[in-house]
Parts: sequence; structure tokens; C-alpha cells
Amino acid sequence: MSPAQQTILAAGEASEHRPLIISLFAVFVLATLVITVWAGRQTRDAADFYAGGRQFTGFQNGLAVSGDYMSAASFLGIAGAIALFGYDGFLYSIGFLVAWLVALLLVAEPLRNSGRYTMGDVLAYRMRQRPVRTAAGTSTIVVSIFYLLAQMAGAGVLVSLLLGITSDGGKIGIVALVGVLMIVYVTIGGMKGTTWVQMVKAVLLMAGALLLTFLVLLKFDFNISDLLGSAAEQSGKGAAFLEPGLKYGATGTTKLDFLSLGIALVLGTAGLPHILIRFYTVPTAKAARKSVIWAIGLIGAFYLMTLALGFGAAALIKPDEIIASNKAGNTAAPLLALHLGGTDSNWGAILLASISAVAFATILAVVAGLTLASSSSFAHDIYANVIKKGQADEKQEINAARWATVGIGAVSIVLGALARDLNVAGLVALAFAVAASANLPTILYSLFWKRFTTQGALWSIYGGLVAAVGLVLFSPVVSGKETSMFPDVDFHWFPLENPGLISIPVGFLLGWLGTLLSKEQPDAGKYAELEVRSLTGTGAH
Amino acid sequence: MATDAPPPSKEQHRLPSAEEFAEVQQSAEFTELRRSFRSFAFPLTIAFVAWYLLYVLLSNYAGDFMGTKVFGNINVALVLGLAQFVTTFLIAWWYARHAAAQLDPKAEAIKSRMEGAE
Repeated sequence: MSPAQQTILAAGEASEHRPLIISLFAVFVLATLVITVWAGRQTRDAADFYAGGRQFTGFQNGLAVSGDYMSAASFLGIAGAIALFGYDGFLYSIGFLVAWLVALLLVAEPLRNSGRYTMGDVLAYRMRQRPVRTAAGTSTIVVSIFYLLAQMAGAGVLVSLLLGITSDGGKIGIVALVGVLMIVYVTIGGMKGTTWVQMVKAVLLMAGALLLTFLVLLKFDFNISDLLGSAAEQSGKGAAFLEPGLKYGATGTTKLDFLSLGIALVLGTAGLPHILIRFYTVPTAKAARKSVIWAIGLIGAFYLMTLALGFGAAALIKPDEIIASNKAGNTAAPLLALHLGGTDSNWGAILLASISAVAFATILAVVAGLTLASSSSFAHDIYANVIKKGQADEKQEINAARWATVGIGAVSIVLGALARDLNVAGLVALAFAVAASANLPTILYSLFWKRFTTQGALWSIYGGLVAAVGLVLFSPVVSGKETSMFPDVDFHWFPLENPGLISIPVGFLLGWLGTLLSKEQPDAGKYAELEVRSLTGTGAH
Repeated sequence: MATDAPPPSKEQHRLPSAEEFAEVQQSAEFTELRRSFRSFAFPLTIAFVAWYLLYVLLSNYAGDFMGTKVFGNINVALVLGLAQFVTTFLIAWWYARHAAAQLDPKAEAIKSRMEGAE
């Protein structure tokens, strides 16, 4: 048992209130399973399975997009980072939010107008289908698995801590349970079920955050300056706690790392496949635009509340206690709930259990979205269009998607069990870097650059992918540091933890270079079709 | 605000031919739509990415300036961070307005003509 878990157990909360926490988890799981079965019975054709029948309204999809996006990293990770590093934790949320403007202005509507089910639909539109779809499917699966790992690791940490499960076997059991649930959600409920689970989760998460924010502000008579002052004082770091630099300001290298992270965050969102496929669930580009506007409002409001949660946790709980509970600060929000309710009252326990259930719901909704994105891309891009060369019927395609879900679920259970001790927010930031390097350049070139060719697309996707994943492999994330995946060996030579600073320009550059050097002529007719469709919605599915 | 999405349409529209797409792409009407979209979205994207990067760079390399107290315990860093939220909300609103007034009518006209033409 780690000292962290001892602390929380010693406080008596986790063990004593375990039945309450388990019942709330069970209620959520049961409710979502009912939704899933109900949605499954309405899932008949491919458009239902992949795109929820394209029947959701802009508002509904905005909720679901928020539910898909605000992951364990947003809720637990950012609140924890603010609680420990003050202002530097806040920097994450700004990148995560501003990034939505890229999706709004450049990607959401053209994608909705010109694609059917996957990101690959748009990337391959005017290119040679098989190589480009293979590339798009590969990068979709890699990005989603990085992201899945983060969520699985988060689930393991959170649930085992809260339920007082300390054995490795128990933690692996939790990861396996999350994996099995996500397989059930996606294979049975498809996009329709996943969307409803994400909407429910978004409402719960907003309500939970709103309640905690209100209680924190109440403690400080709604005086934000006082809240910040107490947080700075309690943290033991004084005014520096409210200024940039505590986490990233140490050396020139950490500053570059922060710049790299910032670029990856702002350019990554619009390249995340599980976010992109959400735009296919609404009937028109206009509704896709409304979804993003709603998502920006909801996500922005949520990140503003994480400020209150993070600084509130810093002000009300000793930093030692937060660190003792989880080194990365991932349990700051649940601990804050306990303190706000009163550590020795039932209210504290109830609040802790509710917030933990919300966090669990958050993780389940996000893993379902990720699994759906990767299995859709496998079935639609790789199986139907590459292996079967477009000859598969809808039934075969959906069956392939269901089997792919089981496969991806199994892979992420194994990897998630291995990655159970890794830093959650860090892993998510890597997924953003890979998405920004491998996907975003090709999406933008495809939509807006007449000359772009198949070779450009392939160089950009594979080049960005290899650069991003390769640099991570030789970064301190994997080896050479105490916090690395393999702390005992050291083969790192790339100094930054986030590869975006190098790999994103590489992705854009290779797409440009590959195009200039390619012998084939771009298909002008296909580009005319794509351009007219993407801007007007003519012939949209 | 967004509950008024049209009911799902399952009916099949006529898909225009390659020649029609090429013709429309060259038309003055479509050129105007493209210009109206690009001249709004592209400069604005460059502007907000630059503004965001400026903020990241200030956080990195201008610690003293960012730490300046504005009032109470609120410093420049926090004000600029919140300003990023405000500009994000404003840009989203501004784009939605531009799209509804300038882009949607043009796009709709082209779409209905192409899908309706026999």
C-alpha cells in the first residue's frame, strides 16, 4: 500500500463510505446500460451505428461534444494541477478551450458537409482511397489509444483510491471492468447510445462542478481575491503560486516544453477523431456549428469553475495531504468535496461519493467515444474500403466495427493495466500532440489547398505520426527520469516531454513537400466537388 | 438557441454531376461565398493563434510583468488568462453571426439550385 492510499484510508473516508460510493457507481452504470440497450434497439443501419442516425440537435450534440471532450484529465487533472502548481495548472484549460476556435472556424462544418462516418472520409475524398484510408485509420487508432490509455490509467487511480482497493490485482480488475463496460456501450448502443451516455455525463459533470464551485465561493463570501490569497498562503509559495512558472518556469528546457505543450493543445482538438465524428451526428453543417458554439460555452464555463475548484482545494486542504493522496494531484477534486461537506459529517461522505461517481461517469463516457472512433475507422476505412475494396455491405461493416470494438477494448485493457501508474494529463497532452501533427495538417490541406496530393497526405500523416510518437519514445516520458514509464533505464535524448514543437511543423512541412515532389497531378474535378460540397452542403449525407 | 435543428431528412437528393460541380466552382456566386468564408475565417484564425501564443510566451518569458498586481490578489497573468476566455467566447459569437448573415444564405441558394436542378 502506498503512503498516499494510507492517508486517505486513515482519514476513514474511503473504507467507511465504500458502500455509498459503490452504490452511486452502480446506479450510474445501470442507468447507462438501460440507455445503451434502448439505443441499441433503434440501431438498424450504418448511419445509426456510426452517426446516431444524424438526428441529434445542435444543442444535444453540443452537450455530447462537451461530454466527449471533458475527460478525466480536464476534471481531475486540471483541478489537481491548479491545486499543486497554482497558475500553471490553469494554462492547460486555456489551451483546451481556445483550440475549439480552430474546430469552429475551419473544420467542423466542411467536415460535416463532405464526410459520412469518419475522418478518413474527408482525407481520402480526392485522393487514392486505399493508401490514404489506411493512413487515416492508423493515425485514428494510434491517437485514440494514447487517449484511451490516459482514461484507463485515470480510472484505475481514481476508483482504486476511492474504494480502497490497493492490490495490483484489484487495480487491474477496475481497468478490466471499465474496458468491458466500454465494449458493451459501443457494441450494443453504437453512436446513439454513446451520445446519450455523453449527454448524461455532461449534465452530471456540470452540476457537480457548479455545486462545488458554489460551496467554495460561499466559504470565501464570493470574494475571489480572498480565495486566491488564501490559496497562495496555504500553498506555502506565496504570490508565486498565482504567477506563471511554478511548474514550467524552472529552466529553459521546461519553458520550451510549455511552449510545445501550448501549441499541441491549441492545434490538437480539431484533429481528434473522436471529436470529429461527433459532427456527423447532426443533420446539417449549421447544426454542427451550433454544437461547437454550445460546446465552447459549456467547456469554457467548466474550465472557469476548475479555477475555483483548484484554488479552493489549495486554500482549504494542505498541499501535503493532496500530494499524499495522489502525487499528480488527481484526487484534489474529490478531496475538496469531502472537505466542503465536512470531514466528520455524512454530508462530506455523500459529496465525496457523488463527485467520485461523476468522475467515474466522465471516464466511461470518454472511453466509449474513443472506442467508437477507433472501431468506426477500422471498420469503415480499413475493413470496408481497403480490405474489401468498397464491396462490403452495411451489415458486414457494422459487424466488423463490433468485432473491432472488442479487439480495441481488449488491447486497451492490457495497455491500461500496464500504464496504470502514469500521469493522466501528460498522456492526454501526448494524444493532442499526435493529433495535431498527423491529422490536422492533412485535414486543412485537403479542404483548402487545391494542389494537395495523395503523396502529400501520406507524408504528412505518417511523417507527423512517426515524428510525434518517435520523439515521445526518446523523451523523458518514457525513460531516464523518476517519473518515466521505465525509470530504471535511460535512452532518452529528446529533452522535451511534449513533442509538438517539432512534430507539428514536421507534419505540415512534409505535407507541403510531399505535394511539391509528387509526380501525380491533383484531381481538379474531385477538388471542385469537395470544395463545393464542403462550403454549401450539396449532396451531404 | 440550438433546439430548432430541422427534422432529419432521409429523402435522397439528386447528386449533381462532376461537370456541374466544376461549373459551380467557377461561378461568380460560389467564388463570392468562398471569399466571404476565407476572408473571415483565415485572418481570424491567424489572429487568435497569435494572441494565444503571445499569452503563452508572456507566461514563459515575462514573469515579472505577469506577476504585477492589478487589484487585490488579482494579477496581470490572471487577467490575461481570463481575457483568453472572453476573446474565445466573442470570436465564437462573431463567427456565428457572420455565418448566419453572410454564408448561410449564399450556401443555401447554391445547394438548393444544384440539388433541385433536373
